[in-house]
Amino acid sequence: MKLKVLYFASIREKVGRDSEDLELPAGVSTVAGLRGHLQARGGAWAEALGGGRLLRSAVNQDMAPDSAAIKAGDEVAFFPPVTGG
Amino acid sequence: MKISVQREDFEPGSELRNISKDKSAGAVASFVGLVREVPMTLEHYPGMTEKAIAKIVEEACSRWKVLDGVVIHRYGALQPNDRIVLVAIASAHRGDAFAACEFIMDYLKTQAPFWKKEQGGDGARWVEAKSADDHAAERWRV
Repeated sequence: MKLKVLYFASIREKVGRDSEDLELPAGVSTVAGLRGHLQARGGAWAEALGGGRLLRSAVNQDMAPDSAAIKAGDEVAFFPPVTGG
Repeated sequence: MKISVQREDFEPGSELRNISKDKSAGAVASFVGLVREVPMTLEHYPGMTEKAIAKIVEEACSRWKVLDGVVIHRYGALQPNDRIVLVAIASAHRGDAFAACEFIMDYLKTQAPFWKKEQGGDGARWVEAKSADDHAAERWRV
């Protein structure tokens, strides 16, 4: 079972893609873990996902903190703070 | 209760009539958000957007007496003065309608996954989230 990862808005533009299917990396069990794994790709990935307070995430379409658990089959999204309304 | 995330424009008058049909409805409070000054494109997260709005509406209905309501949010390319969002709530009395309407709007701004990109004269730029919006949502904390 894979993980679906989505990117939106400025994060999508920086990493140059809107989604990918990813084999859940060994030892990764939280949003923070996945984020670290993706940042390790370097370059734009390190910059886009290292955004600290300017990065938000969702697990299965619910806002989720860095500490949220993830497992194979989940949909995880990374995006900047929202600006609708 | 109607929730719609759509590309097309909406007609506030007919939406307000549609939520006013209950005989016990004595008040309808509404908010319409417009594009200010510059053209923009609104991106959203299909699926999560609807889910996030439904959660906000559900919370409003648990806090205030709501008879009916409507939340419409547009996405895609929008021009100055275009309507972006409509929140309207029907209640027996104005207090519930005003409060629920403002609560939904404040939470929508910080919880619903929409992102604005403005097309200014010197290029396109993503709109940055305002801390004032966080504070507006914050004050409803119980």
